[in-house]
Amino acid sequence: MAASVAKFRIIVGALALVWVAVSWYPVAAQQPTSVDPTASAVSEQQLLQQFKTIQGRGSIPDTKSYTIEQPAGRDWRHFHEVTLRWIGAVAVLGILALLVIFYLWRGMVRIESGRSGQTIVRFNAAERFVHWMTATCFVILALSGLNITFGRALLLPLMSPVAFTAWSKWAKYAHNYLSFPFTLGVILIFFMWIAGNIPNRVDIEWFRRGGGMVGHDHPPAYRFNSGQKVIYWIVVLGGSAIAVSGYLLMFPFYGTDIQTMQSAEMAHGVIAMLFIAAMLGHIYIGTIGMEGAFEAMGAGTVDVNWAKEHHNLWLEEVRAGGQPRLAQQQPAATPGE
Amino acid sequence: MARMKFLCDADRCIECNACVTACKNENEVPWGINRRRVVTINDGKPGERSVSMACMHCTDAPCQAVCPVNAFYTTADGVVLHSKDICIGCGYCFYACPFGAPQYPRVGNFGSRGKMDKCTYCAGGPEPDGSMAEYEKYGANRLAEGKLPMCAEMCSTKSLLAGDGEIIAEIYKERVAKRGYGSGAWGWNTAYRETITS
Repeated sequence: MAASVAKFRIIVGALALVWVAVSWYPVAAQQPTSVDPTASAVSEQQLLQQFKTIQGRGSIPDTKSYTIEQPAGRDWRHFHEVTLRWIGAVAVLGILALLVIFYLWRGMVRIESGRSGQTIVRFNAAERFVHWMTATCFVILALSGLNITFGRALLLPLMSPVAFTAWSKWAKYAHNYLSFPFTLGVILIFFMWIAGNIPNRVDIEWFRRGGGMVGHDHPPAYRFNSGQKVIYWIVVLGGSAIAVSGYLLMFPFYGTDIQTMQSAEMAHGVIAMLFIAAMLGHIYIGTIGMEGAFEAMGAGTVDVNWAKEHHNLWLEEVRAGGQPRLAQQQPAATPGE
Repeated sequence: MARMKFLCDADRCIECNACVTACKNENEVPWGINRRRVVTINDGKPGERSVSMACMHCTDAPCQAVCPVNAFYTTADGVVLHSKDICIGCGYCFYACPFGAPQYPRVGNFGSRGKMDKCTYCAGGPEPDGSMAEYEKYGANRLAEGKLPMCAEMCSTKSLLAGDGEIIAEIYKERVAKRGYGSGAWGWNTAYRETITS
């Protein structure tokens, strides 16, 4: 019995030795030199050339963190620091310079036949309220917005960092909260005045005659002349674009990725600068640019001679009685009725 | 003067997330904010690579350039830090950052942002070194104690290196030479405008 067990063990041992000897060659062939760990790997350069961002998979809920690199941030930085500042400076300073030159050359546009003393209602209380709500919001939005682009370069050197932060913080709150009444105002303006702002043949004539800005021409116009129609559509279309891009910025990454956010900021900035330039022109003509213009929106009534010279077709319509607002005489005291 | 940088060896990273946990713990990072994260490319497929990413402390940092209130500053070691007292939470630094480093606690109006938080290279902030105010706002200041960031110290495979740029670049080059392969220093071209040619 012991002898057969011993024989069995010798046979098993010999077989094991043979097995090791035989398998030496395949084992030796599996040395590291035949395996390349980087075989299917990607490189940073390759991924950057292929895609706009390098993305992978992470393990935290914030999916924005799965992007390792987004080089577009560099382009956006250049746009915001350089391009947008140039656009803003040229647009705003340019329009201011143009207005100064125009005023020095043309002066205030007078009512040529002088004031008649009779007035007529031009804008009712609701219209004036919507205009001034939108306008006030616009001015604060414009200043707080300009602070984001130009504040650090122009204002920060004049005050302490803490003071500048306090001003910028409140400017940001104002900008975010006033966006709501401003958007509401733009929507109301759209519905309120769409009827009078559809372009028609009269506008072609008005533009052909340069709006009467040169010389003493008075091209005919309905309630809103062609220049006002341009302002109207700038406010409605520009205002809508600003509102949409603004709300995307205010509610970041709600369904948008970082490229969309960067694009929204670029659109918002460029449109804002051009909007501000347009509104500076509007403010000019409504205040010092034209005699008798401000009271239209300030008091709501205008002098009849002003209406005759600048909006004669509208004056005829009103006098014909077809409009809700009737011509109003200055209240003549009726003795003892 | 040392110029501090991060280098993540993507061929060594095993996605253990020790760096993420170490950073969170050392700096008492609030819930929802992730200063450091590990991202895996081609997960589960041949050629899978993991990269640990936080703030790279770039040369000519884009975040510093676009900040409307100038809340950032670069220290003599090349570490990009910011002041939470000056930050107004506008979010522009996140748009500019190529690596997505700035994080926001979402406590601002409309639940959007709040004061920005990011990797500080464990170098604190403008408050006095080692003070309670500094710790509460920015986390640990290990650099002032002569220590390196916790993430790199805790890395289980020593794939995440932190320290003087020249020294860690040299370490990486030696590694690549010895083992015969290396996918490069991820993010170095974008952050420091240099590549490590092995």
